[in-house]
Amino acid sequence: MALKERDEFSGQLTTGHEWNGIKELNTPIPRLLWVFLISTTVFALVWTLLMPSWPGINGYFRGLLGVDQQQAVRASLAEAEAERAAWSTRLVSEDFETLAADASIVSLVRQAGPPLFADNCAACHGLKATGNAGYPNIAQAPMMWGDEPDTIAETIRVGINAGHPESRLGQMLAFGRDQMLGGEEISQLADYLMELHGGPVLEAEARAGAETLFADNCAGCHGSDGKGMADTGTPNLTDPFWTYGGDRLTVRQSIYNGRQGTMPAWEGRLSPAQIRLLALYVLDLRGALP
Amino acid sequence: MFGFHYRIERSAMGLVGFIIVVASIGGLIEIAPLFTIDETVETAADMRVYTPLEVAGRNIYIREGCYACHSQMIRTLRDEVDRYGPYSLAVESSYDHPQLWGSKRTGPDLARLGNKYSDAWHVTHLNNPRDLVPESKMPAYRWLLRDALRTDDLSDHLAALRAVGVPYSDEQIANAVQDAYGQANPDSPEAAGTAERYGEATNLRVFDGLPTKLTDMDALVAYLQVLGSLTDAAVRTETAGIE
Repeated sequence: MALKERDEFSGQLTTGHEWNGIKELNTPIPRLLWVFLISTTVFALVWTLLMPSWPGINGYFRGLLGVDQQQAVRASLAEAEAERAAWSTRLVSEDFETLAADASIVSLVRQAGPPLFADNCAACHGLKATGNAGYPNIAQAPMMWGDEPDTIAETIRVGINAGHPESRLGQMLAFGRDQMLGGEEISQLADYLMELHGGPVLEAEARAGAETLFADNCAGCHGSDGKGMADTGTPNLTDPFWTYGGDRLTVRQSIYNGRQGTMPAWEGRLSPAQIRLLALYVLDLRGALP
Repeated sequence: MFGFHYRIERSAMGLVGFIIVVASIGGLIEIAPLFTIDETVETAADMRVYTPLEVAGRNIYIREGCYACHSQMIRTLRDEVDRYGPYSLAVESSYDHPQLWGSKRTGPDLARLGNKYSDAWHVTHLNNPRDLVPESKMPAYRWLLRDALRTDDLSDHLAALRAVGVPYSDEQIANAVQDAYGQANPDSPEAAGTAERYGEATNLRVFDGLPTKLTDMDALVAYLQVLGSLTDAAVRTETAGIE
């Protein structure tokens, strides 16, 4: 180029422009940057050949390596399935008695149970399974639908008042709202229930009246002794545990509005082996595993 | 090495022309893949649209910024599928405008939250998460139960969604307000219309536990309870892969 001119001090070419006697050097870009630019460009070109990249007329170019994330995750899931097969088939095929007696299964339950419980169950029942208002304590309290392992697994599978076609159904009537009991009667029953749960002891006369009310209205579902019936999912009213809360207001609300708690059905979301593992984990929390 | 560059710099029109050429390469690479979108987005014949109440709930989800802490995309990673369920497919977001995939998880992914917990749980938890999960750091959204849901503009929301490709019918747009009411009041005469226009699988429930009032909570819970259940495509894809 005609404008080339070499600067005598630095030895570099100048741009050829001059501003008030000042000339600008045209120092080349450092070699390192060139190497970097060229190598990343080459890498990018190679990568587009290896990976799914260019669109075409009949779909996109799938890459020479044939990488497909969906296939990859399915393969790793199948691998995981195979790794677990050793115990997951045992969980499904053997009965709970055999499983609970096997130390290797118990140690598995103690390892795999907590994360599974935390991801799915803890939101309602709490991380330690001790329950929340409206969600029963399943670590200590008697189970409403029965605490046999098969019963627990079935409850997890179909849920309670859930959308599942075989869901367990339970509803406590709204004795106050539907005008089966008056305010005074509800108060009497509430006091009686609090006594049953270990609250203040009533006078003999008050208790007699409440017992009659209980026999007429509550005993049909909760049993004449108030201990609940597992086949209808009615809670035991004589233990110290409350599902919704044991203050007088909450107890009155329960009788007035009735209760219909929901437990979601887990079939479909959890595998049969996971459901049985959770049943065993709940048993372990209840101290029923060796 | 720079000879060509020096020459082109000295020609104004030439430089403009080359800038256009170089810039369009970038544009082309971004746009061209969209021509093959049919190849990459699955089809789902059973895909259903959001009901007006769910659309309203989705708008509340956006308004309250839920997406800032919760993603709605299960990635193709083994641990995510183990924890959350089948990985998300593109088709599942095809009626989401804008999509709410999110890019950050302070809380868990919500892509398959629908029907995982009960309505009552959602109501208590949104009202104050620490009532149920003592270790939670999610804010309490106490106004959701208090504020009445704004429904007068629901037809417009549906019409806007139709303009960007969601297949709402004229009838669905015209009846948006009463369908929203019907969905949250299953015993009302409007409920039959909601079920007829949006299918029997639609959740018709008193979501917030307050039968007389249509609140923001009704809408948000209705939306949360259908997350991941607009189509079974993801479950089908997963089972197809295992066979």
